[in-house]
Amino acid sequence: MTILVIAEHNNAVLAAATLNTVAAAKAIGGDIHVLVAGSGCGAIGEAAAQIEGVAKVLVADDAAYANQLPENVAPLIADLAKNYSHVLAAATTNGKNFLPRVAAQLDVDQISEIIAVESADTFKRPIYAGNAIATVQSSAAIKVITVRATGFDAVNATGGSAAVEQISGAGDAGKSAFVGEELAKSDRPELTAAKIVVSGGRGMQNGDNFKHLYSLADKLGAAVGASRAAVDAGFVPNDMQVGQTGKIVAPQLYIAVGISGAIQHLAGMKDSKVIVAINKDEEAPIFQVADYGLVGDLFEIVPELEKLV
Amino acid sequence: MKVLVAVKRVVDYNVKVRVKADNSGVDLANVKMSMNPFCEIAVEEAVRLKEKGVASEIVVVSIGPTAAQEQLRTALALGADRAVLVESNDELNSLAVAKLLKAVVDKEQPQLVILGKQAIDSDNNQTGQMLGALTGYAQGTFASKVEVAGDKVNVTREIDGGLQTVALSLPAIVTTDLRLNEPRYASLPNIMKAKKKPLETLTPDALGVTTTSTVKTLKVEAPAARSAGIKVKSVAELVEKLKNEAKVI
Repeated sequence: MTILVIAEHNNAVLAAATLNTVAAAKAIGGDIHVLVAGSGCGAIGEAAAQIEGVAKVLVADDAAYANQLPENVAPLIADLAKNYSHVLAAATTNGKNFLPRVAAQLDVDQISEIIAVESADTFKRPIYAGNAIATVQSSAAIKVITVRATGFDAVNATGGSAAVEQISGAGDAGKSAFVGEELAKSDRPELTAAKIVVSGGRGMQNGDNFKHLYSLADKLGAAVGASRAAVDAGFVPNDMQVGQTGKIVAPQLYIAVGISGAIQHLAGMKDSKVIVAINKDEEAPIFQVADYGLVGDLFEIVPELEKLV
Repeated sequence: MKVLVAVKRVVDYNVKVRVKADNSGVDLANVKMSMNPFCEIAVEEAVRLKEKGVASEIVVVSIGPTAAQEQLRTALALGADRAVLVESNDELNSLAVAKLLKAVVDKEQPQLVILGKQAIDSDNNQTGQMLGALTGYAQGTFASKVEVAGDKVNVTREIDGGLQTVALSLPAIVTTDLRLNEPRYASLPNIMKAKKKPLETLTPDALGVTTTSTVKTLKVEAPAARSAGIKVKSVAELVEKLKNEAKVI
């Protein structure tokens, strides 16, 4: 059994989610190979070779793979997949974009967002926004799987010494082109990797008031998230959304500020180790999942909290 | 140009589902069913393209039980021109659905296919991408903006770090994210008119598609419950608990 893990990266940095995906591969068992498809991504290949437990790294360095457009990378991965028992990618917007295309090319079903490995062919995954957990078994010759990072503790980024092999694929399929990107710039940790997350909801009232959360987050070394209500109201950009259709987080500490706790939001954060809820409505559903609840005016509580931590 | 929109009948997003006692699935008896919210956004986007004069005809397709006609009628009331139901009572996986949609695409030859990015029951987020592979069309998933320009469509996508824009050659596939648009409500006159719009029924057999799956569900369980904790009285007490009891700061 040999497992192919698709590295998540932006040609400059190997994303932490790759380490969680390798951890899932380790739980399945067998040799682990990592594919780095990108452009000018030699350093990513070297970083991948350092990952604990990785036996081999394949690097496909081609301008056509620079942005991992699915029309271009899916044929490359599908072609390689024939030599593997499993193909795994992180359930990021990137992995979710190209991997189902790979599965269909291979004529196999995909298993999305696994949170646990029961055996080499049996996995657990959330359905209905995490209100139910399904155990599914695959009889496909090649098992194509996306991995929810919060379900698996990351392996070490160092300690491995895998061989690096250069490969090539068909390149540009000529159907799509990358036009541009608007990426949020932040010095704070990435939401899905942060140990502490401070999130704001509709109770923040406007985007400007998020400054209270940013300054609390900076004191705690935390990332800042938001509920769908806050994103839909235009307070903050979509990449901050935590929830069923946004980012799934499971930090050591999650501080929900002015968030009522719709089930769609809870689906994105209820695996956090400790949850703190700050809300003026003592009946808010968020208190039903919070370890520590504080009822009151967030505009008084948050600055005081910042002073005391 | 012709636009094909796929919609799915799912449990209403306001329903809190319960797992069946025998762990065979979730209990959907006497539960309100609706159009998947992401599919509503797909229908709305197609209607807006028609209002702008970009789309000439909107065909809406659903794959599911007879009752999925309700969701197709809703789409017709929102502005779709005609509907196709591929009737199947089996619980189909995304690949089977994508194969059936491919057969409908072959028949209808649309320039643009719009789908929701995921269904809120199975949460798979696969069908649009799989349809892309089967048709060989380019895909713009998780769209927050769709602009047709000549023989191309520019799609702005919601990605983990922010937004990304791609240019796709038509015909192409788009899957919708939450912020693409805000779906309208169907007016009563349009609901009445929708009853007279054509609705064709097909079967997987008639389309020559086999829908077997390589994945089976062994059991469905409720997630581990999280019990409510305590209410603290002051910020000082909260900080003390976080430091000394939970030890997370």
